[in-house]
This record gives sequence, C-alpha cells and structure tokens, in this order.
Amino acid sequence: MNRFWSFLFLLVPIGGVACFVAAPYFNIWLPRDVSEHGRTIDSLFMFILYLTGAVFLVTEMVLFYFSWKYDANTNQEPVKFSHGSHALELVWTILPAVTLLFIAIYQMEAWAAAKMHPPVMDITCEVTGRQFNWDFRYPGPDNELYTEDDLVRTDGKLFLPVNEDVLLKITSADVLHSFFLPNLRIKQDVVPGMDQQMWFKSKKTGDFDIVCAELCGWGHYKMKGQVTFLPRPEYEAKLAAFGVEQNTMRVEVPEEE
Amino acid sequence: MSTVTSDTPIAHGEHGHTSSFLKTYVFSLDHKIIGMQFLFSTLIWFSIGGLLALGIRWQLAYPWRPMPILGNLLAANEGGQIAPENYTMLVTMHATVMIFFVIIPILAGAFGNFLIPLMIGADDMAVPVLNMLSYWFMWPAFALIGGSFFVEGGAAQGGWTSYPPLSVIREAAPGSFNGQTLWLMGVTFVGISSMMGSINYMTTIIQMRAPGMTMFRLPMTIWGMFITAILQAFALPVLTAAGFMQLADRVLGTGFFLAEGAMANNSEMASGGGQPLLWQHLFWFYSHPAVYIMILPAMGMVSDILSTFARKPLFGYKPMVYSISGIAGLGFIVWGHHMFVSGMNPMLGMTFMVSTMMIALPSAIKTFNWLGTLWGGKIQYTTPMLFAISFVSMFIIGGLSGVFMAATPVDIFIHDTYYIVAHFHYVLFCGTAMAVFGGIYYWFPKMFGRMMNDSWGKVHFTLTFVLMNCVFYPMHILGMQGFPRRLADPYHYETFKNLLPLNMFISWCAFILVGIQIIFVINFFGSMFFGPRSGRNPWKANGLEWQAPSPPGHCNFDFQPIIYRGPYEYGSPETQEDYYPQTQPPWEATKS
Ligand code: HEM
Ligand SMILES: [Cu+2]
Ligand SMILES: [Cu+2]
Repeated sequence: MNRFWSFLFLLVPIGGVACFVAAPYFNIWLPRDVSEHGRTIDSLFMFILYLTGAVFLVTEMVLFYFSWKYDANTNQEPVKFSHGSHALELVWTILPAVTLLFIAIYQMEAWAAAKMHPPVMDITCEVTGRQFNWDFRYPGPDNELYTEDDLVRTDGKLFLPVNEDVLLKITSADVLHSFFLPNLRIKQDVVPGMDQQMWFKSKKTGDFDIVCAELCGWGHYKMKGQVTFLPRPEYEAKLAAFGVEQNTMRVEVPEEE
Repeated sequence: MSTVTSDTPIAHGEHGHTSSFLKTYVFSLDHKIIGMQFLFSTLIWFSIGGLLALGIRWQLAYPWRPMPILGNLLAANEGGQIAPENYTMLVTMHATVMIFFVIIPILAGAFGNFLIPLMIGADDMAVPVLNMLSYWFMWPAFALIGGSFFVEGGAAQGGWTSYPPLSVIREAAPGSFNGQTLWLMGVTFVGISSMMGSINYMTTIIQMRAPGMTMFRLPMTIWGMFITAILQAFALPVLTAAGFMQLADRVLGTGFFLAEGAMANNSEMASGGGQPLLWQHLFWFYSHPAVYIMILPAMGMVSDILSTFARKPLFGYKPMVYSISGIAGLGFIVWGHHMFVSGMNPMLGMTFMVSTMMIALPSAIKTFNWLGTLWGGKIQYTTPMLFAISFVSMFIIGGLSGVFMAATPVDIFIHDTYYIVAHFHYVLFCGTAMAVFGGIYYWFPKMFGRMMNDSWGKVHFTLTFVLMNCVFYPMHILGMQGFPRRLADPYHYETFKNLLPLNMFISWCAFILVGIQIIFVINFFGSMFFGPRSGRNPWKANGLEWQAPSPPGHCNFDFQPIIYRGPYEYGSPETQEDYYPQTQPPWEATKS
C-alpha cells in the first residue's frame, strides 16, 4: 500500500493527456471548419490547449512527486518548518500574470475581427429565431429588406454563396435563441427587440448544421436548421427558383413596418 | 437555554419535556445544532439533486427510452419516458437544487455555523436568533421549490439562470406557467437566509474572537467564510431586486425584461419597453461572485486539512489571504464573461475578458501555495487528506479550463457547450463537493464525538475520485466538438451523431458514482452511533476547535481560550511534539 495514493494522483495527468490524445482516433475533435475566420479561433484554442496542457502536466506531476516523496510512511527526513518564501511567491505571481496578460492581448484582434468590424455591404439575409424554428428572409432582386419582392422561407433551410462575405441580420421573434454554426465557428444569441449583425465567409460548399444553443423551451433540442453554401450561379438560381415558387403559390408577402 | 428550563421544577412533565426537546433540537439557538440542521437538510437535497441528474444522464444515453426504476418517480405519467419539457425541467432543477439548496447552504450554513465560533473561540454566534431564522427561512424555499414540481405546468424550466423572456412569458414554457413564480420566491427566501447568515458571520468574526486571536491568526477556513460573507452581503441585494423585478414582470405586467410587444406561443403582447439582457447583467452580477461563494470556504477547509496532515505549516498564509481577497474584489467585475455572445457590446466583452484573465491569477497563486504546503512534509494519508489533495488536483483542471472560456474568440465556439459543463463540474463537484466530503470526515469527530471508519472512507474516496473523473473529464472532449448543453436529444444533428457512445460511457459512470455514495451514507450514520470515541483532538491538530470537548457542550469551551499563535505551527522547533496547539502557552511547550 505504500505510496499507493501518490500513484492514484498520477492517474490524473496520465489519463488527462491520454483522453485528448485518444479523442481524434474516435473521431472526436473540433468539428470540421469551413469558415475563413475559424482557423484563428482553432489555433487560439490549440495554443491555449498546449499552454494549459503544459501547466497541467507540470503541476500535476509536482503533486504526484510530493505525494510520493513525502509520504509519512517512507519519508525519514524531518519536516521542513517553512511558512513560505517571498521569492517563490514573486515568481509564481509574476509568471502567470505575464502569461495571462499575453493571452489576453494576443486574442483581442481575433475578437475584434469576429464581432466588431462588419463588412460594408448589403444584408444577405435576415434570420429570425422563433420557437422552434429558424426563418429566413432574403431581400430579393432589389437587394432591400421589407419590400414586396422579399423571399421568405420557413423550412429552416438557409442558402448562402460560398467564398464570399455574407452579412446576416439576426433577431428573435419570441424568446432567446442562439444561432450556432459549429462548422463555421459562429455563435450569437438572438434577442427579441434587438437587431444584430453577423458576418462570415465559407470556403467550402456543402450542407451544415444550424444548432440552437440557447435554451428556448421544450422544443429547444429540435430547433434545427441547415445552411447550404453554393457557388454564386447556383445560389442565384436557387433564389430565383424561390421567387418563382413564391409567385405561383401567391404567397402574400407580410407587410412590414 | 434547555438547561434553564429543565432545572426549573415547573418544566417537568409531558409539556415541559417536549418544549425543551423543541428548543434543543428544533428551534435551537445553538450554532452547532443549527449547523447540524443545515448539514442534514442539505445532504438530503444533495441526494435529490443527484437523482435528478440521473434523469438527465439517462436521457443522454438512451434518448426517449423509458427510464427504469427512477423513471416512475421522475416521469410517472409518461411511463418513465422523459418528455422534452421534463428534460428542461430536470436540468433546471438539478442545478437549482445543487446550487441553492446544497453547495451554498452546506458551506456557509453547515460548516460556517458549526466552525466559526469554535475556530475563533466564541461561545456562540453574535446574534443567535438571527442564526436560527437563517435556517428556518430555508424551509419556505424548500416548500416552494419542492412544491413547484406538483403545480400545473410543473417546476421551472428556464434553466437555473432563468433568462427572460422564456422565464417571464407564462405561455413560453410549461414551467413558466406557475413553476417560475415559485422558483423566484424560493430563491428569494434562500437569499434572505444567506443574508442573515452573512451579517451574523461578519459580526461574529470581527467582534467575538478570543483573546489573542488576531485576524492573521485565523485559520483559512474562517478567512474563506469571512470573505464569502462579504461577497454575499454585497452581491445578494442585486439578485433579490432582480428577482422581484422578474416577479413583477410575471404577475404585475411590468416590462423590465421584455422588449416592446414581446410575445411567445400566442401569449398576449407585453407592454414591454425593457431589455432581456438587463436580467443577465443583474443575475450574473450576483452569480459570478456566487461561484466564489461556492468555493472560497471550501478552499479554506482544504488549506486547513492539508496543513494538518502534511504536519507542516501552511505555505504562504498571507499570500493566501491576499489572493482570496483579490478573488473577491475582482469577482465583482468579471460577470460579463458569461455574456460574451449574448448580444452585449463586444467592446465591453473585451474588458470583461481582461478582468477574467486576471482573476485566474489568484487561483494560480493559491494552487502553488497548496503544493508548497505538501513540499517537505510528512503526509498522513487519512481520508480527509485524500479528499483535500484531490481538491487541489481537480481545481487545477477547473481553473485551467476557465482560461479557454475567458478567451473571447474561443468562447464563441465553446459557450453553452459541454465544455462549460465540464468546467463548472470540475470546480463545483470535483472541487467543492470533494472538499465538503473531506470536511465531513475531518470534523465529524468534533460534531459527534466519534470517528468515521477510515477504511471505508478510503474506499468511498477512491471510487468517487476515479468515477467522477470518468464522468466529467470526457465532457471537455464533448464540448470541444461543440456538443450543446440542455439539449434533450442532440443526436439528430449531423455534427453530434457520433457522440452517443461516449455519452453512454459517461452516464454509466454517473449511475455508479451516485450508487456508491451509499458507502458514505452507511459510514456516516453507522459511525454516528457506533464509531469509536474520538476524544478532543484525534488528528493532533492545532486549530482551536480541537481543544474543545467532542462534541462541544453548550458554550463550546470548558476553559477560557487564549491564543498564542496561528493554527499552522506543525513541526515547530519550539516544541517536541510535531504540533503546537493555538492555546498552548509557549512556557508550557516541551523543548527538546
Ligand atoms: C480560474 C478562474 C476561472 C475562470 C477564468 C473562469 C471563467 C469562466 C467563464 C469565462 C465562464 C463562462 C463560460 C461561458 O458560459 O461561455 C465560466 C462559467 C462558469 N464558471 Fe468559471 N471560471 C473560473 C473559476 C471558477 C470557479 C472557481 C467556479 C466555482 C466555484 C466557477 C464556476 C463557474 C460556473 C458555475 C459557470 C457556468 C455558469 C452557467 O453558465 O451555468 N468558475 N467560468
Ligand atoms: Cu433553443
Ligand atoms: Cu463567472
């Protein structure tokens, strides 16, 4: 039993690292990223992962070593009667402080890019969350929202052009929801009474999940949507088809403010 | 009090007997009894909260399959199948119970009450009546929130954070119909209880220390309780006010948290004019400091236990005191880190990011000092010590995962995913709850005069330690893939399909984890009646509380305590023993 406990604590760094090493083999990792800005987020994540991983390993190994070495059953040395050390306190205050400050400053640009500088362009589409659906309203041929030729889609499917900046206006019709595109590293809560903008650029065509990430009621789990990125011509064809569909069905365009 | 009644001749007979029983054990003014009352109530709620969690874990492992055994309790009407609205109720109530009925009252109410007078050398709290009331104000909360399960629509479903409009518009969710009103009133009562406790603790610690017990001779447990009490006193009024505002929105038709014309699910249009985000600011202005209310006392207890069983002074006592004070100060300016993607001004997000990064610093300092305490000691692996060391090991994980979320761009992706769930379970379960277990094993002899069984304690520790890591560690990986929290069935999303097997593994570990707590329950009650007598100071500890009889009598000390030194003088060269009680006069110390 001697030193058994220290080995139990050794399981923490071993298991902790093993879990992250093994995860990719089970296909669990950051989901595929198709956005342009996502790489910044992912590399920031990995940077922090390595940094904290190193701190984790060192501190947990020190914990293991102390609990192994200073086990009363085996340690013959007298207790070190020490109340602390000024020098050490200084070291382990300044070192983490500098590191944390560095992380803080290092990420500011990515945050500003993601949330503070929208591209100068027309709104591509208006997204409205409602219990429990995502509705989309495209400005239509005149490129202006809330006009007669707007295209309104309530089937939860969003179509956007690939390789271009898109600017979405997002809001909510009832309670809070959150517009979460895991593959584009996008998440923004939508708030009733508040119009927000979000922007991104996809580098790949394909279908991707839209997840609601803010509790919005019993149907929260099924508030699923899909975003499809298409090359420009196909995208325009798609919208044109919507226009035709809307006219033949004589869907009335709801009046807006 | 009781002695006075039973000594008077009139007090004999049936009536006198019951009233003295009531006074001694029910409406007691004695801080130790009140502490016990808090302890037992919170432990019962701990098991209820644990069972609620099992419902969540079942649904995530076997979506929509009827839950055996427990399903009859949680979802009787649906034959054990957890309906989606019940799932959101489970996540809401699990968190509510654990935070408001377990962690907060067990630390401040149970340990705070029991330990503060004993550790500072007072015969009771400054205002015993207020103390008794602080316990009895928990009962309306228990009744309101416990009863809310049975009202039309069921208990609250808006999450423990109760974000409007979901929580305000009655038609928005079944639980918002009535349950939310009861939830708000219940939480208000918890707040009143905490407030009465906190005033009492501050007064007691400032005013009633024994001669010689200077502030810098207080054990870290008391420092933790003291800072916590200050946090409560300054943060709670905001939550209480916000609670009343939400209540007014719900029942009086005001619109603090509703935008113009807000409606949901064909409800009436609200008068509106308010802002849903305002609630989030007010709520987190309380609830961020509250996460420290939920850990500072635990950190204090761990510091005391570590030093006792390392047989060595606490490393860096003053830096420890300064860092918890720093945590408390900074704790008031970081609340916005819960709102990075809420729609709050991104500029503000930037400042909250910087302050949040800074609050990781005192946590780091504390961790290094705990490690320093182990360095060069003679570690006795008793059960409480194992829990204390595991706290340090687990807090490292919980603190480091905080850095990811503090990084705003990363938080865009991991906010509201299982990454967050992993983070706060590492600090609250693997951290605080483990410290609470350690505290119970450590102070049990003082509470009941008997020892808990150490071997079974170690079995309990080992199983809990291994299983909780199997439950909570993989949640980091889930969150890394974006797996969202509070979703009844995430597997119909392409992105999360492959996560079912991992969730099954987590759930099974969770079922066993909750199951094996029976070892603790049996050990606890068995030892209460049959454990070997402990004597005053079974651990050969320095703290003042260990000089009192076990259990301490009505006025705690059978002598006048005079304090000569701090509580961490283990292995001092001034004495031959390896410990040096705070009350031992220097001239009585046996020099080698
Ligand atoms: C090292 C210092 C810490 C940092 C930097 C930190 C940072 C954060 C951040 C940024 C969030 C919000 C994440 C999000 O929702 O996107 C968060 C959530 C949380 N933290 Fe921490 N944290 C730290 C320590 C703690 C401690 C000590 C506790 C508790 C004792 C705690 C309890 C919580 C809880 C309960 C939540 C989630 C609340 C919820 O959304 O339900 N944290 N933390
Ligand atoms: Cu939702
Ligand atoms: Cu916080």
